[in-house]
Amino acid sequence: MKVEVKVNGVAYTRDVEPRTLLAYFLREDCGLTGTHVGCDTSSCGCCVVVMDGSRAIKSCSMFAVQADGHEILTVEGLAEGGKLHALQQGFWDQHGLQCGYCTPGMLLTSYALLKQHPNPSEAEIREGLSGNLCRCTGYQNIVKAVQQAAGSLAQPAAANT
Amino acid sequence: MIPAAFDYVRAHTTDEAIAHLQRHGAEARVLAGGQSLIPAMRFRLARPAVLVDINSLSELSHMRLNQVLTVGAIVRDSDIERAPWIGESRWSLIHDASRVVADPVVRQTGTVVGSLCHNDPAGDWTTVALASRATVVVRGKAGTRRIPIDEFLVDSFATAVGEGEMALSAEFPVPDDRTAGSYQKVERKVGDFATAAAAVQVSLNADGTIRAAGVALSAAGPCAVRVKEAERLLVGQKPSQELIRAASNAASQLSAPQEDLRGTVDYKKHLAGVLVGRGLRQALTRLGVQA
Repeated sequence: MKVEVKVNGVAYTRDVEPRTLLAYFLREDCGLTGTHVGCDTSSCGCCVVVMDGSRAIKSCSMFAVQADGHEILTVEGLAEGGKLHALQQGFWDQHGLQCGYCTPGMLLTSYALLKQHPNPSEAEIREGLSGNLCRCTGYQNIVKAVQQAAGSLAQPAAANT
Repeated sequence: MIPAAFDYVRAHTTDEAIAHLQRHGAEARVLAGGQSLIPAMRFRLARPAVLVDINSLSELSHMRLNQVLTVGAIVRDSDIERAPWIGESRWSLIHDASRVVADPVVRQTGTVVGSLCHNDPAGDWTTVALASRATVVVRGKAGTRRIPIDEFLVDSFATAVGEGEMALSAEFPVPDDRTAGSYQKVERKVGDFATAAAAVQVSLNADGTIRAAGVALSAAGPCAVRVKEAERLLVGQKPSQELIRAASNAASQLSAPQEDLRGTVDYKKHLAGVLVGRGLRQALTRLGVQA
């Protein structure tokens, strides 16, 4: 089946089998390997991407044909003009990762969380990330990273200085 | 784990979806949120030849609050959590459940009606639907049927939806303002199936006696189960510790769980009673009653 999916602002037109999962479409058909596959069954959150601006989805549990005509944001689309997104900067500054395997999913889940709740409490961040597993046990710094990003996104002028 | 090959059709109207389902019969499955169906297909526990995608059916994406609360077939779990009226105590059972189904990302795609149709023995919405006495609206060639939830849930992963039919919505009665509920779930981690869970809803008369009660258990049998004996004990009585204990015992006795890595049969039966007790106490506290 022919599908056209806009990924990070670029239209990808590909011929896929209906059973092709969105995570594999992104990695193998679009060559965007930043989206990771962990458990492959919607338990771990490594494969989270954002659909249509503010909805976090586990791309291992959605078919590529379902994304036909939709917009997807992956970790490759977060930085703009060589400048890290506030979330990426937060993860860098707060040491929000060790091995980095869960990080794309953490970033995109957090991206949708901040779109839905621009000023989340610590409890809301922990709750919002509770479907994303980090096997390096780096949750404390991940929470700090999201808090930093929420702060800098709320004050865009300060983030640019 | 890639699913077996299938044909995919995207329906643009409900009639079109039903036409596809009738053409393909038992070979076809409806694809709503897919958060249970797609993992099941990956494990080859499900092998539909045709998937009928209903995610474009905007007519089924709404919640309407009139004489009943109507939840359309592609309303996401997270839509419930964000409804403006969800904070009212009359909706506390549904509100509680909406915050513990699967995990926050899965809830942005998973649907209430899909969960009812999947009818997992450890499902959350099936249990809530029993305690709140929901009805499922099902349409097929012969027209529309309104099926009470007790008749809708047939067996593990089996419902009253027939070949060529599809569930359009779930209808929840609007509780009066002397009604509150509670959903109590024990899970090993966020997103795991319930080790045990209990849904309760209680309505009081003006004199403080219990006018109506809904009590149901998850992970306590082939599918969600209503604890009729607990409901019978509660109705007409004034809330008390003894009454809650008796209702809890009835739940514990009825519970017929399976032993697995989450616990033994004895532990899960005990837990079912504990959770019904906690749920009743919390519902009563929400109504300003200390039992």
